[in-house]
Amino acid sequence: MKTTFAGASADDVLPVVDAIVVGASAGGVEALLKIFSCLRPGFGLPILVVLHLPDDRRSQLAHVFQSRLPFPVKEADDKESIVPGTLYFAPSGYHLSVETDRTLSLSQEDRVFYSRPSIDILFDSASDAYGERLAGVLLTGANNDGAQGLLQIKHYKGFTVIQDPRQAQASTMPEAALALHSPDYLLSLNEIGPLLAELERIAC
Amino acid sequence: MHLDRNAEIELRLLIEAIYLKYSYDFRDYSGASVKRRVAHALRQFDCSTISALQERVLHDPAAFMQLLQILTIPVSEMFRDPSHFLAIRQEVVPLLRTYPSIKVWIAGCSTGEEVYSMAILLREEGLLERTIIYATDINPSSLEKAKQGIFSMENLRAYTENYRKSGGLRDFTDYYTSAYDYAIFDKTLRENVTFADHSLATDSVFSETQLISCRNVLIYFNKKLQDRAFGLFHDSLCHRGFLALGSKETLEFSAYGTAFETLVKPERIYRKS
Repeated sequence: MKTTFAGASADDVLPVVDAIVVGASAGGVEALLKIFSCLRPGFGLPILVVLHLPDDRRSQLAHVFQSRLPFPVKEADDKESIVPGTLYFAPSGYHLSVETDRTLSLSQEDRVFYSRPSIDILFDSASDAYGERLAGVLLTGANNDGAQGLLQIKHYKGFTVIQDPRQAQASTMPEAALALHSPDYLLSLNEIGPLLAELERIAC
Repeated sequence: MHLDRNAEIELRLLIEAIYLKYSYDFRDYSGASVKRRVAHALRQFDCSTISALQERVLHDPAAFMQLLQILTIPVSEMFRDPSHFLAIRQEVVPLLRTYPSIKVWIAGCSTGEEVYSMAILLREEGLLERTIIYATDINPSSLEKAKQGIFSMENLRAYTENYRKSGGLRDFTDYYTSAYDYAIFDKTLRENVTFADHSLATDSVFSETQLISCRNVLIYFNKKLQDRAFGLFHDSLCHRGFLALGSKETLEFSAYGTAFETLVKPERIYRKS
């Protein structure tokens, strides 16, 4: 487990991935804006995000992020193909899954840790679809969702990153994930953004 | 495909076995969700492999019925997405009114919440008496619950709020009596409802209808099965009939995209062209 990311150097050999999945809960909007603001126009990897929010199906999340980011942002639609370089948010009230043909699907199964969408469900299904070519990032949050899913990504030899709980607005979620496995990187938000940019540089 | 290779094979065999033995066809359901529900079933049945579960349900129809409860998703609520029901009331009802008799199909009605919601709306609009509602589902025990019309009191506060936001004209308590922790809905609401076993995957059209409501069912299907369902709806609907879908379901990218026009886009209400 590395606790710093200095940029492209011999010490930081990153894997080639086809997609990035991100989970966040309490404090997540600010955290996500911070890391995604490091990404440039033309960013070439798909990013799939579950952010816990109260159920209000016409969530403004995609609009808020689209107005601040230089690449396409949208709420995920059922059965749509994943387009590289697009940031997808799970709609509130629905779980978001990746099918093995790398299309998206929505469902309304039971809540996981009182949450729908669930980070575990996104991470778990994405690791079935992408295997080792997947990066999973778990950020601030006040419940245990995502810990099991991130472990699953590691189980399939994917790449895992956890926000340092000492610097997270809510430490429960990163701590729960750390209790299950030692990620590739344990970082502050300031370093996660550049790391994602570097993952893209290597992959695209 | 990185799903564990054995589990992947076993899952396909289980789904095939269910189809061959019980004629329930999950072969074109969305894979990620089916896989999660089977994983859940393994824990419920205390089976260590999907093959063990397959052996169990193949030889024990009662166990299969239990598995069916897990494979189908009885998540529903009354007046779910109130703005959808408001749009039905404001945009669809005035046109339904022009028919001397009305047939409504609630496809995938689960435990009946959508059925009672629709019946209440139609009664308030003075249409229920000349309407026949077909409420169909593949799960017999969900249909049985739907016929009872008894819902947990726990959810009634949310349903009441939904009803109010959906343009409800009366006091929601007019429609049920409370008994302990349950709300027993007025049985006259279902006088014109026919509950029936029907599968969008294997059955065909059974009646001409003016309105079909199928909400949060199609998301569990792959594209091919979604197209089959849209085909059934298209065949069942009369000329200029209405189709109402769930808030994240759309006709747009299907094979029937041009066979319908959009009536209320954000509420996913379509009209046969």
